[in-house]
Amino acid sequence: MTIEKYLVKKTSLPVLFDKIKASGKVVKAPKKKSHTTDFADVASFSEVTDDYIVTTQSAKSVAFPRVEKLFNYVKSKDGVQITDYALNAIPEVVMWGVRPCDAAGFDPLNAIFTWDINDVIFTTKLKKTTIIGFSCQNADENCFCTSVGGNPGSTQGSDILFTKLSSGDYLAEVISEKGKAIQALAPELFEAAPSEDKEQNLAKVDVKFTKEIIKEKVDKYFESDVWKEQAQRCIGCGTCAFVCPTCACFDIQDENHGKNGHRIRTWDSCCFSQFTLHTSGHNPRPTQDRRWRQRIMHKFSYMPDRINVYGCVGCGRCSRACPVDMNIAEHLTNISKM
Amino acid sequence: MVDVKKKAAELLSSEAVKVIIGYTEGTGGKPRAAFIQNVADVEKLIFNSQCVMNLAVYLTKAEIKKLGKPAIVAPVNVLRAIIQLAFEVQIQESDIVVLGITPDEKLVEFQSFAAIESYLEDFKMELDAKEKETLAKISGMSLEERWAYWTEELSECFKCYACRAACPMCYCHKCAVEQNKPQWIPVAAHQLGNMEWHIMRAMHLAGRCVNCDACHNACPKGINLNFLTKLMLADAQEQLGYTGPTLKEGNLLSTYNPNDQENFIK
Repeated sequence: MTIEKYLVKKTSLPVLFDKIKASGKVVKAPKKKSHTTDFADVASFSEVTDDYIVTTQSAKSVAFPRVEKLFNYVKSKDGVQITDYALNAIPEVVMWGVRPCDAAGFDPLNAIFTWDINDVIFTTKLKKTTIIGFSCQNADENCFCTSVGGNPGSTQGSDILFTKLSSGDYLAEVISEKGKAIQALAPELFEAAPSEDKEQNLAKVDVKFTKEIIKEKVDKYFESDVWKEQAQRCIGCGTCAFVCPTCACFDIQDENHGKNGHRIRTWDSCCFSQFTLHTSGHNPRPTQDRRWRQRIMHKFSYMPDRINVYGCVGCGRCSRACPVDMNIAEHLTNISKM
Repeated sequence: MVDVKKKAAELLSSEAVKVIIGYTEGTGGKPRAAFIQNVADVEKLIFNSQCVMNLAVYLTKAEIKKLGKPAIVAPVNVLRAIIQLAFEVQIQESDIVVLGITPDEKLVEFQSFAAIESYLEDFKMELDAKEKETLAKISGMSLEERWAYWTEELSECFKCYACRAACPMCYCHKCAVEQNKPQWIPVAAHQLGNMEWHIMRAMHLAGRCVNCDACHNACPKGINLNFLTKLMLADAQEQLGYTGPTLKEGNLLSTYNPNDQENFIK
């Protein structure tokens, strides 16, 4: 559908929020905790914060949570009985306050989860998720969405995108049928489109490089010492992957309690030293620089080659969360100049 | 800082060491670890109150060892870690050069680990008033309240293991959490998995933790996991007069002394 534009007054925003909650949908919105701001269940609009560049963790948990129980099983003499994932029990979820970079992250995630087989748990959850985006008025030194094809007011991935105008009211862009369904909950709040230009109300994020240049360089410099230099201070934790909106690697585990058990999927990270450890004891990525190279190559070479989408949206979460200041924008800028 | 830079340059140019592990300016004015291999880059070294990362974590990393013999810029938290690592036979005097640094950026040279140990006698590892207050609050809770407190606090954990990776004492090549024959700790970051991981981590650091807060500072969720180890430190101080690592009695809880009182066994 073509994007429809409306004005939503700032006083109408809480009303819309309440209408969505009253419709029975699960609403998750940015909520401040002592050290973090993350998507969480909120009782009322007053709990929702708009004071964040991006949330600490991405919005991916809605479709790819850190622990997912895939199925239950019971073992007996006659074999194994499996109770499949209850897809029909997946609720309708509205993600409120998603930044454009985060919304754009669902495309690469979806491409991974539908690459060879359709991961029905992920895709069903995503189908039942409505993304209400909010453009960025502020950016920090870690933001680089414009270097990887995004921008602070991009509609990609959102179902409705709100942009705050100089008056404090919002430009609402209704982008998809899911967005229309949200609008239909309170059509009276969506007024005639404002004349004010959207662009002048967006954060300025300088272009540092292009994703195509990074692809060209990383393909060329696979054997370069740059990976060693950059990865020296990396201590090999999984923080970058776990806050990333597009990192999709997971581990599969069975948790048994006697004859009963369940199979779970949990987040994993290519930066862990045992990520590619073989049963034989051989590890094709034995050192941290190889793992760092894999992280960057995967996002900027393997993903575009195989599934036609880049694995980085420039949100800068990994840089903010990294305990040793592995600043991805800085590293990529240096690679782009090689 | 002038003295530290001068010494670092001397060590590199005389090839007494191959690399200086220190702090340099990072993103947004915050410091980051630096691995300086050229004399010209010595100027990039900085030191300020934000330099709280425990650089000793790099002393046991294979990738850093490959760079050759290091000199390490060492405020008190790094010095404590060096003594504990030395006790645990992870580093030897001949392996490293220690460039001690005071809060006002003065160089303190050490000829031996024993000299570090005696220097540290002036810096007893004691909990400050604010830490004691938080501990008193947690200890004052009923069993149920304390369980609820830690369950809530640790529910934030997504098991990125930044706490483990940033800890100079977590140098095991294969951690118990990665053992799966048998599997001791559930892999998943659910309530049981998180609780078991953090209790195991804390217990493994009993009497070894140098109270540098690297784990808490590394945590992307800001979890107060350092208070699990601080609680044990408080007990060790109160009951055993423990004031920090030494070269002779480094592992507090695995040290046996025939004169130990055993009146707690009933």
